[in-house]
Amino acid sequence: MSVTHDARIQVHKPATAAHRPSVRGWPDVNNPAAWIVAAILLIMPLIANGFFLIEIFATTLILGTIALSLMLLAGYGGMVSLMQLTIAGFCAYMVAVFGTSDNANISLGWPWWLAVPMALTLATVFGTLGGALAVRTEGIYTIMITLAIGAAFYYFTNQNWAIFNGHTGINNVATPHFWGVNWRADIPFYYLVLAVAALCYFAVDYVSRAPFGLALQGVRDNPRRMAALGFNVNAHRVAAYALASFIAGLAGVLQVWNYRQISPGSVSVGACIDILIIAVVGGITRPIGPYIGALVFVLLRTFALDFLVKIGLDGNRFRLLIGLGFLAIVFWSSDGVIGLWQRWRQSQRPQTDRPSGRGGHG
Amino acid sequence: MDSVAQRLSVVGSGSALELRGVTRLFGALAALTDVTITVRPGERRAVLGSNGAGKTTLFNCITGDFPPSSGTIRFFGEDVTHYPPYERIRRGLRRTYQISALFPGLTVQDNVYLACRGVSRGRFSFLRPGQNDALMHAADGLVQAVHLAAVKDQRVAELAHGQQRQLEIALALAGAPRFVLFDEPAAGLSPTERAELVEILTSLPAHIGYIIIEHDMDVALRVVESVTMMHNGRIFKEGLPEEIQSDPEVQELYLGGGHE
Repeated sequence: MSVTHDARIQVHKPATAAHRPSVRGWPDVNNPAAWIVAAILLIMPLIANGFFLIEIFATTLILGTIALSLMLLAGYGGMVSLMQLTIAGFCAYMVAVFGTSDNANISLGWPWWLAVPMALTLATVFGTLGGALAVRTEGIYTIMITLAIGAAFYYFTNQNWAIFNGHTGINNVATPHFWGVNWRADIPFYYLVLAVAALCYFAVDYVSRAPFGLALQGVRDNPRRMAALGFNVNAHRVAAYALASFIAGLAGVLQVWNYRQISPGSVSVGACIDILIIAVVGGITRPIGPYIGALVFVLLRTFALDFLVKIGLDGNRFRLLIGLGFLAIVFWSSDGVIGLWQRWRQSQRPQTDRPSGRGGHG
Repeated sequence: MDSVAQRLSVVGSGSALELRGVTRLFGALAALTDVTITVRPGERRAVLGSNGAGKTTLFNCITGDFPPSSGTIRFFGEDVTHYPPYERIRRGLRRTYQISALFPGLTVQDNVYLACRGVSRGRFSFLRPGQNDALMHAADGLVQAVHLAAVKDQRVAELAHGQQRQLEIALALAGAPRFVLFDEPAAGLSPTERAELVEILTSLPAHIGYIIIEHDMDVALRVVESVTMMHNGRIFKEGLPEEIQSDPEVQELYLGGGHE
């Protein structure tokens, strides 16, 4: 009990505990749009065919979850890590190595319920060690170190045949069957991905208002002051990398089950940068941003080619569209699509109604 | 100063803060040279000096923001010279910053809550604070004490300058402070806000000592019982407020002669 508190402050007992829940509770419970989105996601298998279910929505949720781990680091912690896809890819490789694949020389053949926890643990350790290196730097140097880790891992997988099977990668990775369900069949897999993505989304959202998440935002805003309040700033940053690595690892497990194979192409430097693009396009101020960014990215990647061919251009230029979209969004809205959405909503409201969200900063 | 003697007898002997031969170099520049200061527990002291005298550097050495190049620093008898800032803070040291060092992206309440959490357990807790969270109540109390209850749910970026200065003080009083370093807390405050500041400082519990850097003599000399004059990174003079104020050397150097 604080002495300062005893001496002069106790006169006022908390007067406003009553209205706190609205401030500190789940943010979107009162938002009808969130309920509609949740309902649509749940009944999606009734609406969409297998192609849309897996190629569009499951892929969006997996990429969105990897980008969510970047959002946690960049949005709350102020640390831009380009190695989030590398951690997901590492976890995917570990699932293939410890589990079953058509390469019996490499895969150890563990059942999925042993291989997955093992892969997640190793991915978390890998990401935490990378984070421990990266937190010794600031700003652009953090980007450089994490990019270097990503690039090193890509070239290592290309050249290492004993564990990673070189540029061929590991194919025909076994997917889980239990409770009489083939979890890689389209509909069960969609629900599996949806459940993991929802879990990660709500966990990040919840933690952002817990002491750990608040302190992480404090570290982002003013690390020196955080130290002067009694926080070990670097330990907090490393812990954030650990949590982000676990989330990225979960997405990596889903990714290897989705494609049933993993190869260096999946962990290329370009793919690492795609995750940054997804997070920035969606917006890194709130956990929903990465998922919106991932949807935009997957839709463009899937349909831009057809669209370009239709208007008489070379289909291989679809990355040009993504790049132009990226430029436009960064130019007009530094906090991504959700920033555009928030400003539009605010303009529809009366002036007295304050926005509850944390706006852009710095 | 009987009341002071009485107050100090309550808190016992020993020193709250003991600096011995503290020197801080920035390259070839000596920002502090061989500074030796002893402050008793509960003592309240002003540090005066012109710009560049080394006052803020002194604070940075004490808190560990910049560790001293040589010399030792003891906090309540414990050698903290090589401790990182957070270890010193957890032992009851606090500071405010000359230029507000707050968390602009967070609300007033969250700023104060972080300060309370920083000096207690559960800094890494993944669980949100509940309705009856003791630290949340402590934060509410501090917010009220510095008159910010009306804006507690606003982001700090939206606060007026005076309010940010008050929040600075609230952050330094979280938990159980034993000794506080106030770096120009009155900078940019209106006369009314200055009066409030004096009231906050004088009504702190007796056992909490502090050092205050303050250019405004009306504020500084009303809230301290001893004064240290600094000049060019060295201790120039120490004494009671009256002595310092009437010292001809000090007047020439700093107060400008005409000051009453």
